[in-house]
Amino acid sequence: MTQEFRLKDEGLIDRSKKISFKFNGKKYFGYEGDTLASALIANGVHLVGRSFKYHRPRGFYGAGVDDPYALVQLIRNNETIPNIKATEQELFEGLEAKSVNCWPNVNFDIGGINNFLRIFLPAGFYYKTFMWPKSFWYRIYEPFIRKAAGFGVVTHEHDKEKYEHKYEYCDLLVTGSGPSGLASAYSAAKNGAKVILAEDKPRFGGSLLTSEVTIGNQTGKEWADKIVTELKEMPNVVVKNRAQVFGYYDHNMLVMSERISEHMPKTEKFMPKQKLWYIRAKEVVISSGSIERPIVFGNNDTPGILLSSAAKEYMKVYGVLVGKKPLIFTNNDSAYETAIEFKKNGINPIVLDSRKELNSDLITEAKNLGIDIKFEHVVVNANGYRKVKSADIAKISEDKTNLGKIENIACDCICVSGFWTPTIHLASQSGGKTKFNEDIDAFIPSQSKQNETTVGSANGIFNLNDTLKNSFEAGYELSKKITSKENKLSVPAVVEKKNSKHDKFWCVPLPKGKKYKRFLDFQNDVAVSDIELALREGYRSIEHVKRYTTLGMATDQGKTSNLNGLQLVSNIENKVVPEVGHTTFRPPYTPVSIGAIVGREVGKHSKPTRKSPMHSWHEKNNAVFVDAGLWLRPRYYKKGNETLFDASKREAENVRKNVGVCDVTTLGKIDVKGPDAAEFLNRVYTNAWLKLPVGKARYGVMLREDGIVMDDGTTTRVSENHYHMTTTTAQAANVLSHLEYYLQIVWPELNVNVVSTTEQWAGAAIAGPKSRDLLQKLFPETDCSNEGLPFMGFIETKLFGVYARIFRISFSGELAYEVNVESDYGNFMWEKIIELGEEFKIQPYGTEALSTLRIEMGHVAGSELDGRTTPFDSSLEGLLSKKKDFIGKRSLQKEAFISPDREKLVGVVPLDKKTSIPEGSYIVRDANAKLPNPKLGHVSASCWSVEYNNPFSLAIIKDGKNMIGQKLFALSPLKSKSIPVEIVSSHYVDPKGERVRS
Amino acid sequence: MLFIKCPYCGIRSQNEFAYGGDATVKRPELNKEISDKEWDDFVYNRKSPRGKHLEFWHHISGCRQWFKVHRDTATHEIFKTLKPHEEL
Repeated sequence: MTQEFRLKDEGLIDRSKKISFKFNGKKYFGYEGDTLASALIANGVHLVGRSFKYHRPRGFYGAGVDDPYALVQLIRNNETIPNIKATEQELFEGLEAKSVNCWPNVNFDIGGINNFLRIFLPAGFYYKTFMWPKSFWYRIYEPFIRKAAGFGVVTHEHDKEKYEHKYEYCDLLVTGSGPSGLASAYSAAKNGAKVILAEDKPRFGGSLLTSEVTIGNQTGKEWADKIVTELKEMPNVVVKNRAQVFGYYDHNMLVMSERISEHMPKTEKFMPKQKLWYIRAKEVVISSGSIERPIVFGNNDTPGILLSSAAKEYMKVYGVLVGKKPLIFTNNDSAYETAIEFKKNGINPIVLDSRKELNSDLITEAKNLGIDIKFEHVVVNANGYRKVKSADIAKISEDKTNLGKIENIACDCICVSGFWTPTIHLASQSGGKTKFNEDIDAFIPSQSKQNETTVGSANGIFNLNDTLKNSFEAGYELSKKITSKENKLSVPAVVEKKNSKHDKFWCVPLPKGKKYKRFLDFQNDVAVSDIELALREGYRSIEHVKRYTTLGMATDQGKTSNLNGLQLVSNIENKVVPEVGHTTFRPPYTPVSIGAIVGREVGKHSKPTRKSPMHSWHEKNNAVFVDAGLWLRPRYYKKGNETLFDASKREAENVRKNVGVCDVTTLGKIDVKGPDAAEFLNRVYTNAWLKLPVGKARYGVMLREDGIVMDDGTTTRVSENHYHMTTTTAQAANVLSHLEYYLQIVWPELNVNVVSTTEQWAGAAIAGPKSRDLLQKLFPETDCSNEGLPFMGFIETKLFGVYARIFRISFSGELAYEVNVESDYGNFMWEKIIELGEEFKIQPYGTEALSTLRIEMGHVAGSELDGRTTPFDSSLEGLLSKKKDFIGKRSLQKEAFISPDREKLVGVVPLDKKTSIPEGSYIVRDANAKLPNPKLGHVSASCWSVEYNNPFSLAIIKDGKNMIGQKLFALSPLKSKSIPVEIVSSHYVDPKGERVRS
Repeated sequence: MLFIKCPYCGIRSQNEFAYGGDATVKRPELNKEISDKEWDDFVYNRKSPRGKHLEFWHHISGCRQWFKVHRDTATHEIFKTLKPHEEL
């Protein structure tokens, strides 16, 4: 197909490099340097999508980030990507794109019926209509609406692309490479500042690419090229194109997304698709420019209607005509540049200017070129469905309320200019104040909160001379503060055309008897009538109007709709715009890929994985792993076709019968050292610590100040001033912070130091009646008898020459020991234990068997110490010292904590001795009671007792100790189970604790 | 993301730190008889002001020292950071 709207030689594209691409299955050609939008327009394609609500045809409204229409689904390197702006997507060989939000296709879209039903679909329609019955929402309304709405389809495939994060520091970050950005970056860089210059488009220069100006003795574009080339060569400057600074956060941190490879057919090896830059800048220059505003008129969303600046950009940058019979509708001078550009390319435009006839440099030039200008004329309505065919125009009265006789003129595009809106998003996000500037009918940044300076048209300055002067000055002054240098550049002379004043006019009244839809927000289909309705229904705050009508809420975030919406609200409310105020600008300025936010932290890299030194042994021996915080722990060791239940039962039985070994490396370990260590432990733990002798371990419980149990574990006195504390795997980090808090802030007079030693030691728990026999084999030189190493005893010794620590402590309730060696010897220790344990029928056991053993012993763990239980609740009251104070003690006097009906730890056995009780089940008196069934408590942990060969659970229930012997019910509504149970003691096995002391 | 000056390490990004609560609250001395109200004020009651706030932070991924930060809770401006025993 020929590119019949392509100009012969104008533009910055490379006509020697032809590129083929597909849109909606059809093949087209464009050139290198095109965007998807410019290439489609060159081929005469203006219908690219359907609107969000009414499914009205959508074309192109802008030429860049401001375009609200042309969102497409992109297929690149076999991946489908939604929400791609055709005006930003650069063309590459083989590009494929599809229209979104239309079915069966963009030309004939069934959803288009909404357009004819639109009187039934006003603002708030969904809120009002789909409210009831409630159950219909999930099953009927929501799936249907979801199918009918949305811009594109998210893939269910894994994203194969890589995204990177980068942290950068600079003296000056300049956001935008238009004249103001280039001038401030250049001036600061020449004064020695470390500068980052970011441009969201592929080409640098901003408005200089399309305006007819002279800087020094060069054209605007030549000057821009020269400055960029020079900046790129400077070692203190980073220059990035395709890089959008989208968020301004606290303490001058800005985030920028750099599109590294989206303009290429596929990402090269070892390259990321996008890079997210976290930039901490000493100073920021916001040179984000301005966006042209629409003028509102009937059916102003018809394809072929676009911003006049966009039409000019398509001609001057891409060499593309948006139409051959253009109508230009303006309230200011800048649209005349577009008219002149058309004329230069042999096209005769008609200009409708809402102002009274006047003269300025541009208007005179247009008149001299013989361009047809109709002053005091406006477009009332656009005709045409898939593309504009003609316009109804009329003369308008001076007060802009009355229309003259309506006349129809043919056209194939309407270029609209309602003056300019400074892009103040970043300035506002920084926390700075904004103010309304009456001269330009728009908000500009006012008082800064952070170190930022807004320059150029983002600050409401629309002439080049002042822009360059201010920007050179800003770059110099800001850099001087940082570098203390005084290398000031002179500002080049500027030749530009002087503009006359714009007309404060933004919305064409409806002719009598006509109800044309006049759109404010093109992406969310918000029309003038929707705002009027919202105000009639009582919405006043602009934030509420926004949320009710969805004005400015779509992915374009109201870049073109914002101010016209505010104008309308203030007109109806008889206020002025600054009284209405604007809605909050929030990051991101443009959509950011989730992938870019996540960066490289995906899949197994989403968190660190901690493995014990014995991990490879577990792997080789068919361990099935489970996440325990960041750790991977063996859950069970699978033999043959065993299930989790079979394996854990076998492993637990073997501990009760013979001997088992469990990897306990993951237990938190903290070294507590110093002359005041004993006193410190005495304050941290609830029980007494001052008299613990060297070579002995003690079980301890620590509370939070609010009296809730924080953690438990054993601590061993290794030597006079040295203790080895253990914590649960989950609480290790919290306990360390807790100890540091008290040592550094509350009791700095205590001479104690704490340090984590979790990763320094590998630990193996050897448990079972035959554990002593095995220990004696492992340590033949050491006296491992009950006298030599009594319960809670500790010795330092050698394991075949390797330094080892033996603690006689037990979590399983059996005779048990824990052996620690330095991590590097962990595997050696483990293999020795397995090797010498063979004759005692040793088996390794995982966390599942470990749980079984502790549950049937009634030992509390994380599921009981869940941040809600006091020592009384968890049967730990025996560990509360009456003689001394400790952290959290005062809280234990609280009335609620000592109330007799507090929930307490008990054991639960099903009456049939067969049915396992799901964890989390409720304990109730009457299984069939009326809902809500009064809950006595909940089941915290369940196991299959290997001692009695029946299910056993721990539960925390009201007045637990007095409930023993009662027959109750365990209800699990999630699993539809109701199980008759008996409450028993939580110490189901060996209640006197004889085995551990044997 | 805040930029916080650890009194021991210098200026670092917020993601190296953990917030530690109101630094004006003093723990009652051990073994001292106090009323329920005094204890509740220590454990639970916080002013949570809009504006200037003296608070603890912990350089958890750095030197592991606790220190005080004088910060505006509305604007996030940090006026000063201090070692635990230093006063404003």
